[in-house]
Amino acid sequence: MRSETEGYVRKTLIPPAPPPRRLGGPLAWARTNLFANWADGVVTVAILAALAWLVPLALRFLVLDAVWTGTSGEACRPEVVGRPVGACWAFIGEKINYLAYGSYPAAERWRPNLFFALLAFGAAWMLWLGAPKRAWGAAYLFLVFPVLAYALLAGMPALGLAAVATGLWGGLLVTVVVSMVGIVASLPLGILLALGRRSDWPVVRYACIGFIEFWRGVPLITVLFMANVMLPLFLPGDVTVDRLVRPLVGIALFASAYMAEVVRGGLQAIPPGQMQAALALGLTKTQALRAVVLPQALKIVVPGIVNTLIGLFKDTTLVSIVGIADFIRVLEAARADPRWSAPAVPATAYAFAALFYFGVCFSMARYAGFIERRLAAGEAR
Amino acid sequence: MRNPRASWRALLVQAVLVLALATLAYLAAANAAQKLARQGIVAGFGFLDRAAGFDIGQSLIPYAAATATYRDAFLVGLLNTLLVSGLAIVLSTVLGFAIGIARRSGNLLARAFAAAYVEGFRNLPLLLQLLVWYVAVRVALPPSSDPAQWGAGAYLSQRGLFLPRPEFSGFAALVPLAVVAGIGATGLLIRASRRAVALGQKPVPVLWPGALLVLGLPALTAAALALAGDPVPVAWPARGPYDIEGGLALRPEFAALLIGLSTYSAAFIAEIVRSGLDSVASGQREAAAALSLSRGQVLRLVVLPQAMRVIVPPLTSQYLNTTKNSSLAVLIGYPDLVHVFMGTVLNQTNQAVEVVALTMAVYLTLSLATALVMNRYNARAAGTRR
Repeated sequence: MRSETEGYVRKTLIPPAPPPRRLGGPLAWARTNLFANWADGVVTVAILAALAWLVPLALRFLVLDAVWTGTSGEACRPEVVGRPVGACWAFIGEKINYLAYGSYPAAERWRPNLFFALLAFGAAWMLWLGAPKRAWGAAYLFLVFPVLAYALLAGMPALGLAAVATGLWGGLLVTVVVSMVGIVASLPLGILLALGRRSDWPVVRYACIGFIEFWRGVPLITVLFMANVMLPLFLPGDVTVDRLVRPLVGIALFASAYMAEVVRGGLQAIPPGQMQAALALGLTKTQALRAVVLPQALKIVVPGIVNTLIGLFKDTTLVSIVGIADFIRVLEAARADPRWSAPAVPATAYAFAALFYFGVCFSMARYAGFIERRLAAGEAR
Repeated sequence: MRNPRASWRALLVQAVLVLALATLAYLAAANAAQKLARQGIVAGFGFLDRAAGFDIGQSLIPYAAATATYRDAFLVGLLNTLLVSGLAIVLSTVLGFAIGIARRSGNLLARAFAAAYVEGFRNLPLLLQLLVWYVAVRVALPPSSDPAQWGAGAYLSQRGLFLPRPEFSGFAALVPLAVVAGIGATGLLIRASRRAVALGQKPVPVLWPGALLVLGLPALTAAALALAGDPVPVAWPARGPYDIEGGLALRPEFAALLIGLSTYSAAFIAEIVRSGLDSVASGQREAAAALSLSRGQVLRLVVLPQAMRVIVPPLTSQYLNTTKNSSLAVLIGYPDLVHVFMGTVLNQTNQAVEVVALTMAVYLTLSLATALVMNRYNARAAGTRR
């Protein structure tokens, strides 16, 4: 029988092909992973060459040629030491207290230390998923801790804590304070704004949309400038605003707009059936939100919240532009110290700052990723 | 059916909210007006016509401290912001796509390198990166006492890169018009090509004819003007007593900001591209490979076109972020909008309300325009989903 396919159906067998030469072993692995084709090979060689140049350079600068001890810039000058000089860690060692506390009085430094400890305690309580009574942890971090921190840092003469002007605060302390205020203010405000944006009441909805889109539409630096020059203008009479408080207000409003969008994403991911079922059970709308929708929504946006916090932590560096002595600004001030003038000092200062910010941001990002994988595992079950 | 009591309550709450917001706004405005009056500041935008009297390091339009007004300063700042953000957007897109694609490459080292790049640049504050680039750029350039020189009119030193500046006034304005015409003609080519594909015909070539139109038309116009005896006037930079004078100056601040912004944004774009690539079902890739397309062809013809639908919306918001981040220029002294207007002009005039409002209005306009374009794109993308 003739069929239409006959014209192109093969009539003879193809001779068997030889087996692939190598499927296992390091050579085959290198072929598939590093030299699959000539372009891959070029990329591999280029990256290897870059590593061969960069790694020894970084190692020499950071460790091998670094100066670890010394009391002035002399110790870090190659012509004085008589050998090539890498990072001047002695400089960081001498300035470490200044970098941590700014000009906070030396006798009172136990107060920022206690503040850091209290903060670490609260943060651990919130971040460790197996911790007992995490709701109490939230109450501590968002209600008790801010009050304690204020009393501790600014001082409370009634309790025997001498007042310390905010102009003396600096360094890591200010960076942490600015980030903390941003977090503590933006999370509740952001949740309210996100709920308001989904409200049935047009006035509330449009007020929230306007607020959120305004702050999200302008750069943070303009917000800080605005807080600096306009906040005093808007307040009545002779009310003055502390120079540290002005950028804090700006950062809090700015961060809450971003937080609101993160929370809104979570609210949108909760199926409407949840709300409807809660209402059908006789809960009021507020009860349904508080007991059914929000807990689920907040749980799934934890990675988003942590990512916003990373952004916030990086953005706190901008307060240095409006004259607040945050970590970057005291670092710049420290490296301008004439006693420590040496060619390696600026690079050392920036390397130290980079290690610090990278350490904090990268570990936060890892935490967010961990939560995300946990949530994904829960969904997959 | 709605509960009448609930709707009464809704009305009441909203009325109270409107009243509260209005009172707050009124109180703030009244306080501000009172304080400004006490400082002797006249409200309104009249100050824009006053003489500025300060110099700006880099300007795309002719700007002289002696004759310029605050309006000119505003324009110079705005153009500088648009210049650096526009270039940073182009560079960061190229770099970001390369790194995003490398994160999903078959090459282990390329994957590891791309991951390290993304983690490194994303987890450091942009401000710190700009400080580092600024120092690094200045160290790498020749000192201003001994600038490098190419040909008759290009110099490079720690004070910047100096190039000849053509003056597009009078008949010479035809040259920029030719660029616009070239872009328009390329747009027509793209449409013709799309139509041909939709009709099942061979696509019209776009890349080379388009490049020829955009670059060739203005070159032809300039040549024609020169032949007609009216060449485009050019301001050449020349060595002055202290510094190089005249021409178009691109300062090291500009270079540092451009490099810093581009490399930083590229890390974010790479993540956007990676998630876009991941969103394409692996069956697509495998089917394309089974049709014996090469890896590059699979990426270019099958995966990327589908990934773009996921990539474009976050990409535009990243472009907006780049524009907003360019305001960090104030840190290293590049004269962008915020530096010139919110910095110098605000300090000189004390017109806080007007200056802040105008600056923010610029950024808000950019954001709103982008959001509108994005919504239209999303509507179209949703319509063509297969």
